[in-house]
Amino acid sequence: MSGFLRVAALVVGKDLTVEVRSFEVLSTTLFFAITVVVIFAFGFVNEGVPVEGVAAAILWIALAFSGTLALGRTFERERQADTLRALMLAPADRPALYAGKLVGILVLMALVEAVLVPLVGLMFQAPIFVAPLWLAALLAAGTLGFAAVGTLFAAMLVRARSRDVLLPVLLYPMTVPVMIAGVRGTAALFQPEADIAMAQFWLALLMFFDAVFVTLALWTFEPLMTD
Amino acid sequence: MSGDFDAVAVVALGRHYGRRRALADITFTARSGAIVGLLGANGAGKSTLLAILGTLLVPSTGRVVYGEVTAADGGPDLRSRIGMLGHDLFLYPELTARENLTFFGRLYGVADVDRRVVVALERAGLTGRGDDPLSSYSRGMRQRVALERALLHGPRLLLLDEPFTGLDQASTAALVARLRDEQARGVITILATHDLDVVDGLLSEVLFLRAGRRVTGAAADGSLRERYREALHPA
Repeated sequence: MSGFLRVAALVVGKDLTVEVRSFEVLSTTLFFAITVVVIFAFGFVNEGVPVEGVAAAILWIALAFSGTLALGRTFERERQADTLRALMLAPADRPALYAGKLVGILVLMALVEAVLVPLVGLMFQAPIFVAPLWLAALLAAGTLGFAAVGTLFAAMLVRARSRDVLLPVLLYPMTVPVMIAGVRGTAALFQPEADIAMAQFWLALLMFFDAVFVTLALWTFEPLMTD
Repeated sequence: MSGDFDAVAVVALGRHYGRRRALADITFTARSGAIVGLLGANGAGKSTLLAILGTLLVPSTGRVVYGEVTAADGGPDLRSRIGMLGHDLFLYPELTARENLTFFGRLYGVADVDRRVVVALERAGLTGRGDDPLSSYSRGMRQRVALERALLHGPRLLLLDEPFTGLDQASTAALVARLRDEQARGVITILATHDLDVVDGLLSEVLFLRAGRRVTGAAADGSLRERYREALHPA
């Protein structure tokens, strides 16, 4: 295994072991995401009939908010004993450390999505099984774009005093294109007649954003974290 | 091993945070086997200097040269020769001592890491508790694990920020003995501390810092506490 992958795998393994022991980030993130969806259901479902076309937006809002929470909590853990500095001190490629943290966040968000998508399907009568592979691809690409930027910003802000305020302030404007593409692509699948071509268009756009965001993050992680 | 060096030269080093000056014009050289003490009040710049020496911060002015290379040139090879114990412990409380040491050992590419971890736990006096989560340890026990983490990969440069915090008398004596062992091995140790009585007689060189600047002019004789007072609180 190359040095890059070995280091990234070590960081992922460590993060998941810590999470399995504490169950802190997953439980709070999941609870928050479910709460968001349930609150929206009270507003947008009337006598068992949901307002048309809101399911996709609610799914992505819940993902964005709970993802921000997961990012904050994951890096708060690294801040408490200054372990992010210990990682930066190691003779490892620093982009590999970023990649490891990113994959850890992606795993957590994927677990949240595994609960969130059926919940949205159930509460908003969204047709999540009409094109499940396209829906999974949209979610995977959107989550990667969101987490790629979020992991970079959360790592940068670890030592900032106002990190809890600054993270969403920086993250949401940057990831608006990802959110729009995710919502529009998912909405195309949730129509009474799923528009696969439209979903493919938005998926391609998401993949473009992913490539840009991941490349930029890998490129800037070391200089941003050193100074 | 590549990245090795036998001296660290700090040349006209300065660091600013915005308009605030944390360090200015610091110059000294530490050679193999040296134990250098950074002494000064809180906010004097000790931790900033350690962070720059550990390649975690880039200096605003001046440079640090490790043998022949700077931090920018040395990269991961250079970092493999640096061990650091921060004011915080750089350990994951949810993991056991063994898991912490194994994780960092693998991250540093330590050969035969499992055996090295067993030896490290023995040295820390924690063989029987190596599989307990770190969160169940006392501060002193965690400090001992943190020291072993910093030394696990056999660094040439050891950076310690308040290493005696939380240690009882026996652990303090053991740490002093350990630093002397590392000194005999040729390790360059640079430590920031307020425990003047503990390090008196241990340090081969002392840097007194005040408001980010090196203060010179203290007498060469007398106890460390007297020299500290003379340098930083002159009558």
